[in-house]
Amino acid sequence: MAFFLAQFLTGLANAAALFLVASGLSLIFGVTRIVNFAHGSFYMLGAFIGITLMDILPGHVGFWGAILLTGLAVGAIGALTEIVVLRPIYRAPELFQLVATFGVILVIQDLALMIWGAEDQLGPRAPGLRGVWRVFGEPVPKYDIVLIAITPFILFALWYLITKTRLGVLVRAATQDREMVGALGVNQAWLFTGVFALGSALAGLGGALQLPKGGADLLMDFNIIGEVFVVVVIGGMGSLPGAFIAAVLISVLNVFGVTYLPQSTLVLMYVVMAIVLIVRPYGILGREEVAGEHGQVGAPEQPIRPYGPKGIALVGALLFALALVPLFAEQFVMTLIVDMIVFALFAASLHFILGTGGLVSFGHAAFFGGGAYAAALLVYHTDTPMELAFVFAPLAAGVLALAIGWFCIRLTGVYFAMLTLAFSQLVWSLAFQWRGVTRGDDGLVNIWPAEWLNAPAPFYYFTLILGAGGIIFLRHAIHSPFGYALRAGRDSPRQAEATGIDVKRVQYAAFCLAGAMAGLAGGIFVFSKGSVFPTVLEIGESFDALIVVFLGGVKTLAGGVVGAGFMTVVEDWLTRLEYWRLLLGLVIIAVVILMPEGIVGTLRTLWRRIRNIDEETVK
Amino acid sequence: MTEILRVENLRKSYSGFLAVGGVSFSVAKGELKALIGPNGAGKSTCFNMLMGQLKPTAGKVFLDGEDITGRKPRDIWRKGVGRTFQITGTYQSMTVVENVQMALMSHHRRIFSLGPRAWKIYRDEAMSLLETVAMKNQADRPCSILAYGDLKRLELAIALCHKPRLLLMDEPTAGMAPSARIELMQLTADIVRDQGVSVLFTEHDMDVVFAHSHHIMVLNRGELIADGNAAQVRNDPRVQEVYLGGGTLFKENSHA
Repeated sequence: MAFFLAQFLTGLANAAALFLVASGLSLIFGVTRIVNFAHGSFYMLGAFIGITLMDILPGHVGFWGAILLTGLAVGAIGALTEIVVLRPIYRAPELFQLVATFGVILVIQDLALMIWGAEDQLGPRAPGLRGVWRVFGEPVPKYDIVLIAITPFILFALWYLITKTRLGVLVRAATQDREMVGALGVNQAWLFTGVFALGSALAGLGGALQLPKGGADLLMDFNIIGEVFVVVVIGGMGSLPGAFIAAVLISVLNVFGVTYLPQSTLVLMYVVMAIVLIVRPYGILGREEVAGEHGQVGAPEQPIRPYGPKGIALVGALLFALALVPLFAEQFVMTLIVDMIVFALFAASLHFILGTGGLVSFGHAAFFGGGAYAAALLVYHTDTPMELAFVFAPLAAGVLALAIGWFCIRLTGVYFAMLTLAFSQLVWSLAFQWRGVTRGDDGLVNIWPAEWLNAPAPFYYFTLILGAGGIIFLRHAIHSPFGYALRAGRDSPRQAEATGIDVKRVQYAAFCLAGAMAGLAGGIFVFSKGSVFPTVLEIGESFDALIVVFLGGVKTLAGGVVGAGFMTVVEDWLTRLEYWRLLLGLVIIAVVILMPEGIVGTLRTLWRRIRNIDEETVK
Repeated sequence: MTEILRVENLRKSYSGFLAVGGVSFSVAKGELKALIGPNGAGKSTCFNMLMGQLKPTAGKVFLDGEDITGRKPRDIWRKGVGRTFQITGTYQSMTVVENVQMALMSHHRRIFSLGPRAWKIYRDEAMSLLETVAMKNQADRPCSILAYGDLKRLELAIALCHKPRLLLMDEPTAGMAPSARIELMQLTADIVRDQGVSVLFTEHDMDVVFAHSHHIMVLNRGELIADGNAAQVRNDPRVQEVYLGGGTLFKENSHA
């Protein structure tokens, strides 16, 4: 019993930092509607800056002073980020900002590497709180008890700030109706900056406060961001008490998970999130998101048209040029193009549900990796011929989408995104931990194509035909009645439902189709590499696809494909350099700021301007 | 006189607040009937319950004798009920004619078809519907740049796609210029006459209501306080007191 209690106390102590970080993210989302992926980076900065400051400042005052100063410093960095990166793009399509925050993650990662080096740093102990206290005979670190004691004060301070101060009134008003607050004469730009700074400061405080229990390392940003999103979503986006309850729940569960079910640690919180979202689609204390409540941001989307003769000629010429490549190019060029086509098909499948359907999936890698694993497992365990295993890839991914979609489709917006993320994490942990079948992170190797394909040129043509075929098929689907119904459900679900369209069913079907196409890409991928590892199922893989779709232009049909091509080339080129993350991050941020409609969208606007075509002319 | 729609004791309460309290009425075939009342009287709530957007707390809705209470909007639509909304919800990323084609594709059950190009099918049918509402000349404009009155007319064309038996129009002329209002309601009246559609509509503009409706119902605080022809409603003392005050509008001869 005493051991049980001690475990519980450890969980409560862990909840302190988690709650701080999560409440910051929740505030930022509530007011600015930005899904801030870089929030974990501010947490990491808090840890590193905290250590540096604690080195300089001595004693009790130094320790606690350093924590407060860290909060201020990270808050200032947050404000700077908001002003430089985010402020120029508030008028861009919804969720476009998350791509920019992804760029910020990369930049901060390399800056931290430059300043603090690659080695993990141990956090200094809090002066005077080094030992343990005995609670019913069980040792509990003194610092844990102190953390537990101050957490209610943090909650109270935040609650006071939000409910009793003028800033709090503005924040709550803006959370409910941004436009109205703007119309009442509140300077929105500075309100957003202020809230972003406050949120970042909370993340920084959280990073510094956990130092005596953990430390600082370069993986902290990604390690915490998943947990923080889970907490915010379980609690309900924008709800502080919800975030508090969820932080305690997750932290305590994690502690018990480590003790009693060690193999569950990677997914426990995602399982909890999935259960909460299935039972309560808007989190424990969240408010229902009314579709279209926040209005359309940016220019309305243009009606779509298939390519005219010129466009078809251009695509034909491109395909012809690609078909000629093996005649003169070296092998590494073919490999690069194969990678590019695989990624383009993967991105196009995400673009299909995201651009046309308005369904933002954060877990699309589940289907890419799922397809890859399905084929690889067949080959590895049963020696299935490659042709049969390959067909199995899109099928298995489609079935997986059928299962995952059944739970996810009923949710909307950010909650949909987070539930897809949770399920993709489940699939990932399955690949990672079910060693008997998947061999864990050793991966499945020796998955080579059939004899007749097992050379660079034949496999290149195989990829070109299936990849380009898949992309063209998806494009055709967008122009078919099914694609139109999908778009109708995105534009105005109410109108669609009132004219006989079962919006959720259309979305479900589209989700499965997109999953199957991602699985096809995964199938090509696994035979081109000859192996597959759990990394293809990671969050990063899902985000890569998300980023290229936005970079290419979510409101354009070619966005996913062009974005994927652009990214493959840029990455191939940049990763040869030492600080490539910094440069890639800056490239992403630059594209986002300079081309708010994405690459294709901006080119199209330019083209119209040059040709002087009236905006409303549609042929 | 046969009924197309019969509503029995329809109620809606939101955690204690009674929005609509036990309303009963019917709409006859080929009739143009208005439902009027001050803001907050429960008109839109009523409409949302008729069309399935809201589930009633109690009561029944019959369409041509068939119980459709609590059915989903899309099922009610399939049974031949069209609806236009107070705030239009057309598809912004499509052209005017594609908006109509979309409804036609749904009507012909082609939603899950992956074969044809969507903008090629049912185009002629859509064009003739647009002609009915005098929108043919704007058929290929993007929907996002239409004037509000034109959106209302487009919505009407969409609602007529599946040749409805009953049309529910929630404030069809809200936000339109006075001349355009009369025009739109004249158009609606013509359609009622030519196609034998029954129409139930809510409206704030009394010119429109008294010029075009066969019967008028008055809703106040969730209760039906009058149901009759224009003269009966005009002279009903409760209507005058509760809803219209002492203005001159309702004197018998104030409108020619």
